Amino acid sequence: MTDITASTFVREDLVSERPAPVKTTGFVGLLRTRLFNSPTNILLTIVGALLLWFTIIPAVRFLLVDAVWTGQDRGACLAENAGFSVGACWPYIRAKLPQLIYGFYPEAERWRVNLALILAAALLLPLLIPRLPAKGLNASLFFFAFPVVAFFLLHGGGISGFGLSWTAGLLELFDDSIGSAGQVLLSLSKTSAIAPLLWVVGKFIVLVGIAIHWLIFPLTWLRDQIQASGQSVWVDFAITTAVVSLIVFVLGGGMRSGGRALASSIVTFIAIAIVVKLMGLDHGGLPIVATNLWGGLLVTLVVSVTGIVTSLPIGIALALGRRASIPLIRIFSIAFIEFWRGVPLITVLFFASYMLPLFLPGNFTVDGLVRALIGIALFTGAYQAENVRGGLAAIPRGQNEAAAALGLSWWKTTSLIVLPQALRHVIPNLVNSFISLFKDTSLVSIVALFDLLGSLRASFSDPKWSTPSTAFTGFAFAGIIYFIFCFGMSRYSLFVERRLNAHRRN
Amino acid sequence: MSTEARKPPLQIALKIRRLLGGKAGWNGVAVQLAFAAVLGWIAYEIISNARANLENQHIAAGFGFLKNNAGFDVNQTLISYTGSDTFLRVFVVGLLNTLVVSVVGIVFATVIGFIVALCRLSPNWLVSRVGEIYVELIRNLPLLFQILFWYLAVLAALPNPRQSISLFGIAFVSNRGLVIPQPIGLAGLEPFLAALAFGIVAALALRIYARRALFQRGQMIRIWPFVLGLVIGLPLVTMLVFGLPFTVELPQLKGFNFAGGSRVIPEFVALTLALSTYTAAFIAEIVRAGIQSVHKGQMEAGASLGLSRGTALRLIVVPQAMRVIVPPLTNQYLNLTKNSSLAVAIGYPDLVSVWAGTSLSQTGQAIEIITMTMGVYLLISLITSGVMSIYGWRLNRSLGA
Repeated sequence: MTDITASTFVREDLVSERPAPVKTTGFVGLLRTRLFNSPTNILLTIVGALLLWFTIIPAVRFLLVDAVWTGQDRGACLAENAGFSVGACWPYIRAKLPQLIYGFYPEAERWRVNLALILAAALLLPLLIPRLPAKGLNASLFFFAFPVVAFFLLHGGGISGFGLSWTAGLLELFDDSIGSAGQVLLSLSKTSAIAPLLWVVGKFIVLVGIAIHWLIFPLTWLRDQIQASGQSVWVDFAITTAVVSLIVFVLGGGMRSGGRALASSIVTFIAIAIVVKLMGLDHGGLPIVATNLWGGLLVTLVVSVTGIVTSLPIGIALALGRRASIPLIRIFSIAFIEFWRGVPLITVLFFASYMLPLFLPGNFTVDGLVRALIGIALFTGAYQAENVRGGLAAIPRGQNEAAAALGLSWWKTTSLIVLPQALRHVIPNLVNSFISLFKDTSLVSIVALFDLLGSLRASFSDPKWSTPSTAFTGFAFAGIIYFIFCFGMSRYSLFVERRLNAHRRN
Repeated sequence: MSTEARKPPLQIALKIRRLLGGKAGWNGVAVQLAFAAVLGWIAYEIISNARANLENQHIAAGFGFLKNNAGFDVNQTLISYTGSDTFLRVFVVGLLNTLVVSVVGIVFATVIGFIVALCRLSPNWLVSRVGEIYVELIRNLPLLFQILFWYLAVLAALPNPRQSISLFGIAFVSNRGLVIPQPIGLAGLEPFLAALAFGIVAALALRIYARRALFQRGQMIRIWPFVLGLVIGLPLVTMLVFGLPFTVELPQLKGFNFAGGSRVIPEFVALTLALSTYTAAFIAEIVRAGIQSVHKGQMEAGASLGLSRGTALRLIVVPQAMRVIVPPLTNQYLNLTKNSSLAVAIGYPDLVSVWAGTSLSQTGQAIEIITMTMGVYLLISLITSGVMSIYGWRLNRSLGA
C-alpha cells in the first residue's frame, strides 16, 4: 500500500459561490417566467399591453379625468362650455339619483324604502356569514317574516282580519268554485253524448260543494261575528293564536313533550302582535303607495328578493316531485320544469302580463308588479328545481336506508336527513342562479316596469340633460351597481364552494 | 301450530300496484287522485275564466286571425313581405329573423369564446389576466344592459352616414347601421355551387374511407392533396369554364346615404354584438373547464409516445375535452337563441317583437299568440335536448365499448 496523503484529495480552499438561480418569484420572477420568456410570449405581452392601453386609459379618462363633477343642467356637460372634450357627466347622475333608486316613490315616504333595505341587509348579512349562530331563526325571519313586513312597509295598508277570516274567505271561494263547476257539468249533461256520466259527476261535485258549505259554516259564522265586533283584528288574532297554539301543542306531543312547541308558538304570535301594533296594521297601517310609483333600484331589489324567496320552495317541491315514484306527480313535475326551462324569460313575462289576467276571474285584477313576480317565481323555480335535484342525486342511498332503518317516515327522512345535506351541497349553484336572477330582473323593464335599467332608459329622454356623454355616464353608473352586486355574489359563491370542499383540499 | 310459509302475494297485483302508485302503493294512487282532482279544478277555473273574460272583451278565440291582413311594416325581412300580407307571414318573418340573429350570434360567440379561452389558458400572465377581466366584466352585467349599451350609447354615438367609419373601404359603419358588400349572382353561379357541393361531399367521403383504412388495415393514406383539389381546384376549373359565379357590389356614398351593398340595420348590429360577446364569456369558461378537465398525464403520455405538442393536443386532449365541452356548449347556443328574444327591447323585428309585441297589440289574441311564441322556443329547446341526449347515449356507448 502506498501512502497517500489526504492533501491530494481534499481541497484546501473553498469552492467559489455559484451565481444565484434565476429568480422565479416576486415581480421580477413574474416578468421573467410569465411575460418575457420567449419571443412568442414577448409578442403576446405587447399585444395584451396595447389592448389594456386602449381600453383602460380611455375608460379612466372618461370616468375621472375628463369628467364634469358639478353643474345644474346640460350646459355644464357640453364641450363648448367646459372647454375640453367632456367625459362622464356626473351632475346628471346626481340629479337623477332619487329616480334611479326610488322611482316615483313619494319623497316624504322614502324612509320606508330605506328602512326596508336596512332590515333586509341586517337579516341577510348574518345569514351569509357562516360563523354566526342561530341560522334557523335567522333564515325563517328572512324567508317568512321579512317579506310580509316589507310588503306592509313598502306598499302600506292594513289588515281587517287575521288567520281565521282569511281561512274562512279562502274556503268560501273554493266552495263557490266547486259549486259552479258542478252546475256547469249538470247543464252540459243535458246536451252531451256522455250525459249520464256527466250528470253523475256533476251531481257528486255539487253534493261535495254543499257538504263543504255545511262543514265550513261554523267558521264563516264565527268570521261574521268577529267582523261585527269592533276590534275584529285583535279578536281574530286571539282566536287564531289559541287554535294554532293548541294544534302545535297536540302535534308536538301533548302533555308529554309539547311544552317547547307551545312556548315557541306563543312567542311567535306575540312577536307578530308587536309588529302589527307597531306598524298600526289594525287601523289602516301606513299610507298606501301604489306599485306603479315604485321604480329604480327598489324594483330591481324587490323583484330579485321575491324571486329568491319564492323560487326556493317551488324548486324544492318540484325537485322532490321529479324524484317521486308516484307517476302522475313525477310526470307533472317533469313537464312543469321542462316547460319553464324551455322558454325565454321574456315570453314568460309576456305570458304573465297578457295571458294571466285572462285566466283569473274578471273582478279580480292583479297588480302589474305582482304579475311579473309570479312569472319570475315560476321561471326561477324551475331552474332551482334542477339545482336542488342535483343535490338530491348526490346524497348516497345509504342515508335513505339508514333513515328507513330508524323508522322515519318519508317526510321526516326528507326534511331531517336528505334535504339539509342536499341543500348544503348545492349552495354555490343556488347562488349562481340568484346571480342570473338578479341580472334577469332587468327584463321587467320590457313589460313597462321601471327597474334600475328602465329608469335609466327613461332618464335619457330628459332634454334637460341630453348631452353626447349622457348615455355613457348612465350606463357607467348602472353598470357599476350591477357589477358590484353580481361580482359580490359570485365571490361569495366561490367562498362557500371552497368552504364546502375544505376537506378535499391538497 | 302451523309454521308453513305464507303464500307469496300475486306478482301481477304487486306490479300493477307499483305501476299505478309507485313505491307508496295504494296511498300513492289516492294522492294521485287528489292531485288530479286539484289539477282538474284549476284547469276548469282557467278555462271558464278565460271564456268569460274573452266574451267581455269581445275577442273571438281561435286561429282565424292568422289569415287577416297584418297591415304593418317590418324593417328587416328575409322573405318578401308587405303590409298587406297575412299574420301567418308575419309569424314566419319574425321566426326567420330570430333564427338569423341566433345563427350569426352563435358563429361569432364561438369564435370569440374560443379566443378568450385560449387567452385565459395562455402561459402569458398579462394575456390570461386580460381574458379573465373580459369574462368577469361581461358575465356580471345583465345582457339587456349590454344590448341597450351597444344600441343606445355606442351605435348612437357613431357619426352619420356621410362621415361613416370605413372598414378597409369595403364596409362602412354609421349610426344607421352597417353597410357591407353584396354578392350578385351571375351565370356561372349554379355550376360553381354544384361543383363546390360535390367537392365537399367527395372530400368527406374520402376522409371516411381513409380513416377506415387506417383503423382496419393500419394503412396511412395521404388525402390532403386530393381534398385540396376537390374543394378548391374543382370549383376553380368550373369558374374558368362557365365564367365568374358572382360579382361583389361595393357600397358607395351617394348624397346622404349609401347606394349599393346591403344594409344591416343597427338593431341587428347591436343585438349580434351584445349576444355574441355575452355568450362568448360563458363559452370561454366552458372551453377552459373542458381543457383543464383533461389530466396532465394524457399530454405527457402523448409526449412519451413521441407525438409533437400540436399532434398530442389534436389527437388526445381536444377529443377528450370535447366530450366535456359539447353538452354545455349546446346549452349556451340554446341560451343565445332564447336570449335573442331580448330584441324586443330595441325593436329588432324578431319573433317576440313582431309577433308577441306588434301582432298581439293589433289583434288582442293574447292566448293564441303567446302560446305560439312559447311553443316555438319550447320546440327548439326540446329538439336540442333530444339531439343532446342522443349524443350522450352514443358517447356512453362508445366509452363502454
